[in-house]
Amino acid sequence: MYDFFFVLIPRHMPFLLEGALVTLEISLLSMVFAVLIGLACALGRLSGGRVLPRVIAVYVEIWRDVPLIVQLMVIFFTLPQAGISLPAFWAGVLGLSLNVGAYLSEVFRAAITSIDSGQRDAGLSIGMSRLTVFIRVILPQALRIAVPTIGGYFISLLKDSSLVSFISVSDLLRHGTILISNTYRSMEIYFMVAIIYFVMSSVASIAVRMVEQHLTPTYLRAGAAKAESRRAEAARVPA
Amino acid sequence: MSAPAARPLVEIRGLRKSYGQTEVLAGVELMVAKGEVTFLIGPSGGGKSTLLRCINFLETPSGGEIIFDGERLCHEDGNLFHHAPERVLREARARMPMVFQHFNLFAHRTVLQNVTEGPLVVQKRPRAEVEAEALAILARVGLADRASFYPAQLSGGQKQRVAIARALAMRPSLILFDEPTSALDPELVAGVLDTIRALAEEGMTLVVVSHEMKFARHLADKVHFVAGGHIEESGTPDRIFDAPESERLKSFISSILA
Repeated sequence: MYDFFFVLIPRHMPFLLEGALVTLEISLLSMVFAVLIGLACALGRLSGGRVLPRVIAVYVEIWRDVPLIVQLMVIFFTLPQAGISLPAFWAGVLGLSLNVGAYLSEVFRAAITSIDSGQRDAGLSIGMSRLTVFIRVILPQALRIAVPTIGGYFISLLKDSSLVSFISVSDLLRHGTILISNTYRSMEIYFMVAIIYFVMSSVASIAVRMVEQHLTPTYLRAGAAKAESRRAEAARVPA
Repeated sequence: MSAPAARPLVEIRGLRKSYGQTEVLAGVELMVAKGEVTFLIGPSGGGKSTLLRCINFLETPSGGEIIFDGERLCHEDGNLFHHAPERVLREARARMPMVFQHFNLFAHRTVLQNVTEGPLVVQKRPRAEVEAEALAILARVGLADRASFYPAQLSGGQKQRVAIARALAMRPSLILFDEPTSALDPELVAGVLDTIRALAEEGMTLVVVSHEMKFARHLADKVHFVAGGHIEESGTPDRIFDAPESERLKSFISSILA
């Protein structure tokens, strides 16, 4: 016990926290790209074209049906064959964003289609263009519906990003395994790694809840809260 | 009631609308004079709402001609149906806003923002002027004290009056009403009808789809009976309600009164 708190933690924590920082970076970056990919794919699928929606549907299906770790491996080992050399970190970002983006595209699609068509009619009837209706009327309401689900995906991503350690990204888990191979103190090191993941995830959940509350306008906080939770339920796509 | 010599504000000729095989409008002829209150009545499924939504192109007609304030929104050339470019349609829509059965207020905006949205975003008028005018309009519909509320905090009747205020803020030439009281609790209907009546008395041109027959009778300059995808009978309210000619209108009126 003494050894764990007063020797191992002071000695190894800094190196682990360095890894945790990479975990945070890769998760945040991937989330930003995933949101962009998800939104773009949702729009593409709702665009009503003939080809684009099908292409996107195939992408979403494939990415949801292959394990994330396999996706990361395929990207990491395929890109160099194709003449693209990507540092492990960015291969990780690419893999994670494509994966979460596929899920988010469904979240956005559900959120956008859950907005009553009367909202669109109302915008058009005062002379707005379709684009203006989307940007000023549909999207702000859809985003509010999607935010809790997006937050949930971010917290999952924070943990799932540990898989990038298998493609040699120096994240928290990888720094842990490096320490273990040097010290042979598996139990203690994994314990520290677990604690750091736990702290990061709980802080992230609190942050997500705060953002959610901040975004939920007064009109939804009181009476309409039930309707809102129903709509959020509709927007939630089982992972 | 006496037809003005000037050109009608809305001229509709041979308007058709089909959804696939189903023909909803089968050649509608309709003129609306400036300052006139027009009621469209008729059985559900007869095409009233579709007609209204075709006038402002929320639904694209399948054929026929619509001229709004001298501007041709669509017409047929031989067998080809043409409509004006999207920009022209948008400008026309902005001058004939619609009030919907289910209000369709922007749920994420306050009452005041609902009313100012069109003038600010579509007409690009200066904010100070728009907000002052919006508050004056809200006062007119009796909702000055609700300006900072969200739609979800209002009763149905209040929502519908906000929707009317939103339409008025566009400084419209014409307001389209699509069953404005059908979704309201009975005790809230009167307030909305009073608001519509006040507009009519000020000389605003109104086209109203409604099941409020008493109201139609008191307010309308002209009543059109829409059934089976066309206007079956037209006339003054007294003519339509007291001396219906077609069998369909007779049975419709007796079913309403029963």
